[in-house]
Amino acid sequence: MELAGAVLTLAGSVFLFLGALGLLRMPDIYNRMQAGTKATTLGSILFLTGLALYQWGSGSVQKTAVLILFIVFTNPLSSHTLARASHAVGIPLTGRSAIDRLADSGKNT
Amino acid sequence: MADTLLHIAACIALVSVMLAFIRLVKGPSTADRAVALDTMTIISISLIVFIAAVTKRLIYYDVAMVYALISFIGVVAVARYIERGL
Repeated sequence: MELAGAVLTLAGSVFLFLGALGLLRMPDIYNRMQAGTKATTLGSILFLTGLALYQWGSGSVQKTAVLILFIVFTNPLSSHTLARASHAVGIPLTGRSAIDRLADSGKNT
Repeated sequence: MADTLLHIAACIALVSVMLAFIRLVKGPSTADRAVALDTMTIISISLIVFIAAVTKRLIYYDVAMVYALISFIGVVAVARYIERGL
């Protein structure tokens, strides 16, 4: 059980690293946001699950479950709010992006 | 074996905090900095839980939870500020 938890934690840390790398390397803010939020959400879920498996039976499973649930609920919400706000103030997309349906629909003022 | 893997994972997470911090310093707009701060916070939550697992003190889980809550409220407040001012 300990070894499985450690391997899961290592996989989660790799996802966290890739998310941070994407945050550093992506061309504009929307790409950065999806790298820095989605990959980090999956990475932290794996990391926390691995740590809960690592210390199985010490009463930490419930708290880990609450923490994972909280991250899953709030992380996309804050990212969405931030993306919407930055689109509303007119931060431009990168030159390679093909389509902007939110600007075409004219709903985001 | 398991302890070594766990410490390697923590080192990788620490390096990713540093990468996100570079974006926090460089970021051209306020929203970039807010995203970088959000990412740093989530990785830090994982590190806090790691410390809780290594030192076997359950109180750090509550610390991580409060930190997640404050980070969420902070990011939403920054987004509202960017969109329509204070």
